Amino acid sequence: MEATVTVQQIHKSYGQTVAVQGVSFDVHPGEIFGMVGPNGAGKTTTIECVEGLRRPDSGHIRVLGMDPWRERRSLMARVGIQLQESGLPPRLRVGEAMDLFASFYPRTVPWKPLLEQFGLAEKRRTSFADLSGGQKQRLFIALALLNDPQVVFLDELTTGLDPQARRAMWDLVRDIARRGKTVFLTTHFMEEAERLCDRVAIMDHGRIIALDAPEALIRGMGLGKRVVFTMPNGQLAQAESLLRAFPEVEGVETAGERLIVFGRGTHFASVVVRALEQADLPFQDLRTEQPSLEDVFLTLTGRQMRE
Amino acid sequence: MRSLWKLTFTQAKLYLREPMAAFFTIIYAPMMLVLFGMIYGNDPSPLFGGLGPMDVSVPAYTALIIVTVGLISVPIATSSARESGTLRRYRATPLSPLTYLSAETFVYFAMTLLGVMLLVVVGKLAFDVRFEGNLISVLGGFSLGALSFFALGFFIAGIAPTARVAQTVGMVAAFPMMFLSGAAIPLETLPASVRDFARYIPLTHVVTLLRGVWFGDPWRQHLTEASVLAGMLLVCSMLGARTFRWE
Ligand SMILES: Nc1ncnc2c1ncn2[C@@H]1O[C@H](COP(=O)(O)OP(=O)(O)O)[C@@H](O)[C@H]1O
Ligand SMILES: [Mg+2]
Repeated sequence: MEATVTVQQIHKSYGQTVAVQGVSFDVHPGEIFGMVGPNGAGKTTTIECVEGLRRPDSGHIRVLGMDPWRERRSLMARVGIQLQESGLPPRLRVGEAMDLFASFYPRTVPWKPLLEQFGLAEKRRTSFADLSGGQKQRLFIALALLNDPQVVFLDELTTGLDPQARRAMWDLVRDIARRGKTVFLTTHFMEEAERLCDRVAIMDHGRIIALDAPEALIRGMGLGKRVVFTMPNGQLAQAESLLRAFPEVEGVETAGERLIVFGRGTHFASVVVRALEQADLPFQDLRTEQPSLEDVFLTLTGRQMRE
Repeated sequence: MRSLWKLTFTQAKLYLREPMAAFFTIIYAPMMLVLFGMIYGNDPSPLFGGLGPMDVSVPAYTALIIVTVGLISVPIATSSARESGTLRRYRATPLSPLTYLSAETFVYFAMTLLGVMLLVVVGKLAFDVRFEGNLISVLGGFSLGALSFFALGFFIAGIAPTARVAQTVGMVAAFPMMFLSGAAIPLETLPASVRDFARYIPLTHVVTLLRGVWFGDPWRQHLTEASVLAGMLLVCSMLGARTFRWE
């Protein structure tokens, strides 16, 4: 199957700042492809080069068989774009914005159902300036879907949203993908990439440092699991030495009344629980933690991802 | 075509929702006319070659509306649309820059014309002002003056890094012009030194041309004004289109 987006060896600098250095990847038809990395990693530069809004210094890009920089206007008719930074006239109303943008495209879907789907039907007569952050974001996504695009680009679509709105946004994105559209998104939230994307490119300092399905990335790192619980101070030392004896356990750390047990294997968690119960050690608030993309980033870069 | 019409219509609505812009384009000049008319009346005066002060004020205030829209509204609106990210968003659609600039120009033209029409109606009703020109000729002079100043406004927006700078540059250019060109105050009442200097102010040519065609002068009497403005239109349109930036 031919790739929807092909990027080969693109480079882009702004004066002395090297933003993107030799990035290559493909986006396949129908997938949700994510680019994740800390602020300044070069995600926006990359996605905007792919959209034809910025011109890479060198390298080769194809989107739906077109050169995005040279055939920008024909490409714009077939893709939908939500920009990390953009706006609308403060006094423009939601319905007017939909109507106006619909006139820019040769072919569009009816916009009233779109507003309804994005929970903006009652806001039709509300000015852009009076919308909340989440409503603005939803309006921008609705605008990006007006022309029934084959590919949808979403740059940091949940920045500034509260956790609940963020989850609602994820559902909307899954919905877009279910309707057969290809989604290319960027985010600096590891959890978002992990939950939402079929494949993820981890970006750091202008380079892709890993690219695969989130589960494959996590598995590939050979990262262990964690069991965390609390216990009265007097018994911590006993629990620690007890647990260290098991082959499944790779390490134990204490932090106040909390014990963190590192290990691996399918039975790791039950081994820990059974050992504690048999020794009659009273544990509380026990939970197991699976490794996440966050841990993958930490392992690859030695740095914590920060929001 | 559909996008041109829709964008024009939408921008016109937005223009009228901006109280300051709507006031200075549409209300301000008729208001000044009424105010000064109450003070000076409109009796024929030898100073104005037998015309009354309000007779000559109508074409002069037309130039005033033109410079207000061209050098204040155009730079502020264009650079604010850029600063707010609206133009960035437009660029991510198939909308062409030519369509955008045409729609904007139509809106400014229509709004200026609306202001002038109200000015004429108020002048006619309140002071029975005279009009002795040919409508086509007056529209031609009006269009030439308006478009050349809009083009200058787009150029200012193009070179100004921010909306604030665009606003400042526009105002610094507009205010002295208003008072030294005969647009706000008749040149006949100003000292001779100012009148000599006024020849070098582009707006003076708009005032002179409009007043001429308003009272029936043939165009051949105003070739200087017409060529200065045509030259300005040509150069500023080129510069305006060249410096136009989406972000
Ligand atoms: N228009 C620009 N002019 C100058 N520097 C820029 C510009 N856009 C991005 N940069 C710089 O390029 C680097 C990558 O930025 P960006 O692509 O926005 O990363 P991300 O989207 O991952 O946060 C950063 O160091 C940023 O400061
Ligand atoms: Mg970014």
